Amino acid sequence: MTATQDRPAQEIGRDRRRKEDQRLITGRTRWTDNITLPGMLHLAMVRSPFAHATITSIDVEEAKASPNVVAVLSGKDFGDELGVNINAWPITPEQKTPTHSPMPADRVAFAGEIVAVVVARSAAEARDAAELVDVEYDEQPAVVGIKKALEDTVLAHPELGTNKSALWVFDSAEAGTGGDVEAAIAQARADGIVIEREYRQQRLIPAFMEPRSVVVDPTGEQLTMWSATQIPHILRFALAATTGVPESKIRVVAPDVGGGFGGKLQTTPEEWITWAVARRLSKPVKYTETRSESLMAAHHGRDQVQTLTLAADRDGRVTGFKVHLDADLGAYVSLVGGGVPVLGAFMFNAIYKFPAYRFECQTVLTNSTWTDAYRGAGRPEATYAIERMMDELAAEVGVDPLEIRERNWITHEEFPFTTVAGLEYDTGNYEAATARAKEVFGYDALRAEQRERRERGDRVQLGIGVSTFTEMCGLAPSRVLGSLDYGAGGWEHASVRMLATGKVEIVTGASAHGQGHETAFSQIVADRLGVPFEDVEVLHGDTQVAPRGLDTYGSRSLVVGGEALVKAVDKVVEKATRLAAHLLEASEDDLDYAGGRFTVRGTDQGIAIQELATAAFAAHDYPEDMEPSLDADATYDPVNFNYPHGTHLCAMEVDTETGKVSMRKYTCCDDIGTIINPLIVAGQVHGGLVQGIAQALWEEAVHDESGTLVSGSFVDYLLPTSADTISFDVVHADDPSVCTTNTLGTKGVGEAGTIASTPAVVNAVVDAVRHLGVRDIQMPCTPERVWRAIHANDGDAPTPGGAMPHFDEGALNQDGAAQ
Amino acid sequence: MIPVKFDYVAPTSVEEALAALGEHGDDAKIMAGGQSLLPVLRMRLNAPEVVIDLGGIDALRGVRDEGDAIVVGAMTTHHEVRDHPLVREHALLVAKAAADVADAQIRHRGTFGGALAHADPAGDLGAPALALGAQFVIAGTDGTRTVEASDFFVGLFETAIGDDEILTEVRIPKHTGWGAHYEKFVRVAHQWPIVAVAATVRGSIDEARVGLTNMGPTPLRARATEAALAGVSATEDGVRAAADLAAEGTDPPSDLNGAADYRRHLARVLTRRAVLEAAGAQAWS
Repeated sequence: MTATQDRPAQEIGRDRRRKEDQRLITGRTRWTDNITLPGMLHLAMVRSPFAHATITSIDVEEAKASPNVVAVLSGKDFGDELGVNINAWPITPEQKTPTHSPMPADRVAFAGEIVAVVVARSAAEARDAAELVDVEYDEQPAVVGIKKALEDTVLAHPELGTNKSALWVFDSAEAGTGGDVEAAIAQARADGIVIEREYRQQRLIPAFMEPRSVVVDPTGEQLTMWSATQIPHILRFALAATTGVPESKIRVVAPDVGGGFGGKLQTTPEEWITWAVARRLSKPVKYTETRSESLMAAHHGRDQVQTLTLAADRDGRVTGFKVHLDADLGAYVSLVGGGVPVLGAFMFNAIYKFPAYRFECQTVLTNSTWTDAYRGAGRPEATYAIERMMDELAAEVGVDPLEIRERNWITHEEFPFTTVAGLEYDTGNYEAATARAKEVFGYDALRAEQRERRERGDRVQLGIGVSTFTEMCGLAPSRVLGSLDYGAGGWEHASVRMLATGKVEIVTGASAHGQGHETAFSQIVADRLGVPFEDVEVLHGDTQVAPRGLDTYGSRSLVVGGEALVKAVDKVVEKATRLAAHLLEASEDDLDYAGGRFTVRGTDQGIAIQELATAAFAAHDYPEDMEPSLDADATYDPVNFNYPHGTHLCAMEVDTETGKVSMRKYTCCDDIGTIINPLIVAGQVHGGLVQGIAQALWEEAVHDESGTLVSGSFVDYLLPTSADTISFDVVHADDPSVCTTNTLGTKGVGEAGTIASTPAVVNAVVDAVRHLGVRDIQMPCTPERVWRAIHANDGDAPTPGGAMPHFDEGALNQDGAAQ
Repeated sequence: MIPVKFDYVAPTSVEEALAALGEHGDDAKIMAGGQSLLPVLRMRLNAPEVVIDLGGIDALRGVRDEGDAIVVGAMTTHHEVRDHPLVREHALLVAKAAADVADAQIRHRGTFGGALAHADPAGDLGAPALALGAQFVIAGTDGTRTVEASDFFVGLFETAIGDDEILTEVRIPKHTGWGAHYEKFVRVAHQWPIVAVAATVRGSIDEARVGLTNMGPTPLRARATEAALAGVSATEDGVRAAADLAAEGTDPPSDLNGAADYRRHLARVLTRRAVLEAAGAQAWS
């Protein structure tokens, strides 16, 4: 007998603990930095301290003479074999794209850019010698910040003649998806409401737990690169495309990877340099960055100025929304580059029925760290803008923020619904998610408490923030990506291998970096194929094992990769049916398949899938028109994005005396369709919420005017820990609106918490002090910013930098020693 | 994050440590708990040739009763200080501040003397030590000397400890029965304080001591506030005027967490809160 009879009936929906966690948490696994190869050499990078400078000379002699140094190489030592770092998404044909050499020989464009590499027998010796490389720079004026860049007076790349890289426009009137936004605004100015705001999406740092690391072994027939990356397949393609090595000679392995959040959705100068050095020296080499390097030179996220105009009638029904973004690319146009803000273009209308919409995005180049994807990539920015604006509209009309949303949202009877941005939302039920969230949150009681505290003039005021988000995820239908000029498709690949012993190997092109694919995919296969969960092994991340794939980002693994897996499993069952019919000497039409076993209807005859796997392996007896194998592959190209949504409610307390904010309660009800593993979903939602809350309250990457990263360590770049957060109430729709464009009915959840939570928190902070005349507080809402906002008009807050005594003679509070 | 290569010395007595310091002079750096020094070395902001680890000197650990004072060994960890019955009974303010240092891991490694000798203006222990009038016992090859808290903190990361000397213990005059509170203002829990106020009071309120953290290059004592607090009632209104003097003569920094004027405002508000808390908190809670 097989073990299938002991198997629980249903794996999908079960709170399975993650099978990968023991090795990930204990570290007894293959992180890239754990890999040691015979004769391996170690790299240390020499980085520019200047944001913009020409390189006058590089003296490597002292470094070369340092103990156990093998080589010191700079940009001019390499030719074409160094390759370039590519931009895969030129958002317009006219986009200005500076050449991005992994190690420029002539000019650096941001502080942290690599100018030389030291190769030594140990990492410590490489690091010591790197300090001896003497680089002379001729410092150039640096342009830092979006507004300065738009002036075009100082240029990040003088040869381009401008800092403006590309302007991307969507207009509903031109696209035929809606009306003319200018007409709507003009009408609203005459007899309705026009709300104009400028919001800042500060610069963020992905701050994954495992620093980036890369090992290259050139000593086989194939050159192998191990990298702490989210995208082994795209990395392999880009190496082949830019360094002259045939793709068939390249093997890329993403072993266990410790987080990415978009920060490892990149092809990096460090990878290219390590690749070039290994090839040059014919030796295995390793480079692992320090945290300081990671903060300074790994790509940053967000960084936009949003100029928003919302038109509505007097009842608060939106008639048009106009969005202009200025987005900071940093020094180079990265892999996805301007595509990140463009991904937001389709989401500013969110869950609402806007009749007219226009979106413009101007990308600019600056002498600061390059930017690219960060959890949510484009959708958090859009969600923040519209959800903040809806709260402003509610305040203007004088109704509850949930009421203003209800007046504008798509009702559940209206699905499928084609939006003003041209997307077709298949399903959703905003009413149900909102009702459930309100109930769990205790909305009415908290509103009553808020009123009471306001009337009492309590020092600590209470605010309630709303965010009714949706997003587009499951990247992505390849034809849509093609229409947007993205350089690749959005399909995913899966293979199922039925082993002779009855075990099952599945191969996915979606390479996990902490998401729990191994567990969730095993649950899907266990149910769909009828084998024990424990018998399923998930392989990924090595291009020799998983040759086809487009990797993990954009909440795509389950909804795209999972669907590819379902299709491959279905093919296995189809083949197994033929073999079972042959061995049971029955017609395929008379077979039932359940719980991993084929039975002949009306008899006690049957055969298990594992027995069929053994029979196919032995191949002693199988149909003549069939190959002796049950294995199957599938490539799935999604037909649509998918659209998780949810209602997030946040209560914040604001100490009006100090500006300090504290979270009182956070409730979210997300509708993410069918849930495969509630425990993994809970982890994604909790972590996602914290990351979004962190943008609202704590994190900000700051460059000074000269382009130096001021928040260059975790002392100044404030990441929250569990001590800074509360327990969230995470619930899901009782009767979820399942996705109709994939078999399992799933929707992505990897980014949902991050997308939704930022505006919920800021709306709550602003709501707490709106009666004091505050209508916006820039993120992160530091106590100082909150305090200044509250006291901006009452003369309580002195002018910054105002004259105060500095240890004057006779001052009261000082000890002699401090003078 | 690899430090520059250094030699490591682990003496087992103060005499050995002083001898090692004498031998290596400026090239040596003393390590206590290492919680500030190691990050500095790993980021290559400092590169001593020799690190002298005091961790093996048992005589530098522990707390003892010396009549009118308690004496805290320089190598006593924050965790031990926080929990020690003598500290809680006679210097509650120090116990409260020690409880608020960084996070649990750091409190189990970092030391009382190490933190004070490091003299980070945002360190949590300087203000309480100053407020309580602590005396710093410093050993040199010629013997020991005692420095008053008011003379110990010289400047930014600078103390009265000479290049050839080691801080061995800190005498804290007993403030038995005094209420105490350390009001620390941070954005995230593990952060250095933006501003903190160490307040301890006798009665409610007969006498008060108030120290300020991160309101200048050294810890500061809010003497005007202390003077104004004597005899006021422990109420918002009673304390407010005295607390409003707390920022006088301070020189706080301006950085990403707040401009100087905001810190002065915080000092006033937090002083009021700290004093009121202290007046209502005469034991560990």
